Amino acid sequence: MKRTSKLIYIVSIAILIIGLSFFGCKKQSNEILIGGVGPVTGEAATFGQSMKEGFELAIEEWNQNGGVLGKQIKFIYQDDKGDPTEAATVWTKLITQDKVVGIVGTAMSKCSLAGAPISQQNKVPMITPTSTNPKVTEVGDYIFRACFIDPFQGTVGAKFAYENLNARKAGVIFDVGNDYTKGLAEFFRDKFTELGGTVVAFEAHPTGTTDFKAQLTKIISNKPDVIYIPDYYNDAGLIAKQARELGFNGPLVGGDGWDSPDLFKIGGTAVENGFFTNHFSKDDPRPIVQEFVKKYQEKYNKVPDAFAALAYDSMYILLDAIKRAGSTDPEKIKQALMETNINVVSGLITFDKNRNPVKPAVIIAVKNGQQVYQATVNP
Amino acid sequence: MNLDTILQQIFNGLQLGSIYALIALGYTMVYGIIRLINFAHGDFYMIGAYASYGLFSAIGATLFFGLPANQATIIMFIISILGSMAAGGAIAIIANQFAYKPLRNKPRLSALITAMGVSMFLEYFFSALPVIGPSYRGFPEIIKKQLFPIGNAVISNYFLIDVGVAVSLMILLTLIVKYTKIGKAMRAVSLDKDAAKLMGINIESVITVTFLIGGAFAGVAGLLAGLTYPRIYPYMGILPGLKAFVAAVLGGIGNIPGAVLGSYIMGIAETFATAINSLIGEGIAFAILIIVLLVRPQGLLGEKIADKV
Repeated sequence: MKRTSKLIYIVSIAILIIGLSFFGCKKQSNEILIGGVGPVTGEAATFGQSMKEGFELAIEEWNQNGGVLGKQIKFIYQDDKGDPTEAATVWTKLITQDKVVGIVGTAMSKCSLAGAPISQQNKVPMITPTSTNPKVTEVGDYIFRACFIDPFQGTVGAKFAYENLNARKAGVIFDVGNDYTKGLAEFFRDKFTELGGTVVAFEAHPTGTTDFKAQLTKIISNKPDVIYIPDYYNDAGLIAKQARELGFNGPLVGGDGWDSPDLFKIGGTAVENGFFTNHFSKDDPRPIVQEFVKKYQEKYNKVPDAFAALAYDSMYILLDAIKRAGSTDPEKIKQALMETNINVVSGLITFDKNRNPVKPAVIIAVKNGQQVYQATVNP
Repeated sequence: MNLDTILQQIFNGLQLGSIYALIALGYTMVYGIIRLINFAHGDFYMIGAYASYGLFSAIGATLFFGLPANQATIIMFIISILGSMAAGGAIAIIANQFAYKPLRNKPRLSALITAMGVSMFLEYFFSALPVIGPSYRGFPEIIKKQLFPIGNAVISNYFLIDVGVAVSLMILLTLIVKYTKIGKAMRAVSLDKDAAKLMGINIESVITVTFLIGGAFAGVAGLLAGLTYPRIYPYMGILPGLKAFVAAVLGGIGNIPGAVLGSYIMGIAETFATAINSLIGEGIAFAILIIVLLVRPQGLLGEKIADKV
């Protein structure tokens, strides 16, 4: 008797669990689920917060216009804490439990590299807004990105220096221990030479050093029109300062690593007459940018940064592809993504065969301790 | 490389060498007295930089409101020199008192490992302190930069300040060591500790003064480095500390003029080697040192002593 009641007990619990799990799986047919991932806590917390705001603003706009495929969009945003292990966990959750149609995320390349194989394996299209490492999209044909990759900035920097600054002789100084600055420096050199300019000095410096005068003296003695400094803001500030100290008054050009208020704290007036390539500028006069900045400010009461802009773009690219695909079939969405040709905040975007965007970069000038929009350079 | 470039590189090397020299002096003096390689010395330099940064942030220009800008700057600069010296000297005395003194009669290796521990403690403690933190800080430009062309080469007022402060402090140190009573005591302890003790010299107070002077010099070096390379962070002392140590060894560790000579050779060699090939520049500089030490193991000006470490 006792045994039977125990059996009934177990069976009823089992039925309950199975029933509940069916309940959980039951799809609400009037909604389309999109997953998002970003670091909301941890070392890169501001990145994830900006991205979340960009994503949500885009979804709000689409839902106001009737959603996509006649359904409202539901967004599930997960925190990867800037940790690859955590990223893999939330990726799996979004795909296997929430059954999302596509994923937008995440900020850091190391975390996107953890999530991408899971997306690829389960055939869930993914767009990373800001992971610049070329390896991310090499994972497979379901992985796309909204930002340009590192080498591209070097190319654009060279084009800007040659065509807009009319420089014919350039000096380059870069951190030999950092793939980012090394990559930018090499692509700058190649493009600048290809355009017909001369790279008069191509000087490396070790990571962590503070004295760059030996290299700069060598560069300046060759009388360059421009010095290319693809370092992060803290090294770039020091290098700028020492270049000015050695009597160089020409323009300095850098990459998106300059985009920090600390550039001015370290570089002071030395970074004046400096220019750098970036993904986005809030002062870009294009109407789509101004409208985005206005809406963002109304909703969040602050100025959007590049992370918010690229997140907003990623969501637009994904939803646009779903709309053109006419279904949530991953194969069709992937195909539609490849055929993307959409005008978003960071420019007119198409994808190349490696699923990296082909789009313009903005050039930001440093004037009176402020970042000022200078130009848009097409690839 | 033409003549102007060579001249410019010599200036660059002298400026770098001046900062190395101020650090190397402390290394060499402490070694001369108690045969301790004080690896925490680079961190005294870091503390000097933060102390002057704190002074600038705290008082800034407000204290001298009403004074003409030029005078205010000079007063501010003198205060910051004294402040960084006081901070460097104080931390050196504290380190000696709490970490090195209890190990005075223990094997030399124990003190050496303790020195590494002190170094790491200072670095991590300061990066954990909320007021300092682990991230980079921009050092304020209290003195307006001016450039003076010499031919096609350029020197800045910062160059003159760095070299000027370093050279005058070195002269001061030479005078102290040569002509004062405490200097005489230092030389005596360095020559023979036990005999000096028998002659009635208070060894511990001599050691304390040595740490004070060494720490103060490192502190000033931190201030100059902050002004010249305006980016400070808690680990900024590691690399210059290491290079200054090598410079002291090159000149002959324990020898005061040797440390200065070694530092300037180090600064100029590093600059030229980097200019010739920036990828392996630092390697070349160290290779030169190895060659010199192979030929003269006691260093350029060092005396031959049988009981080297």
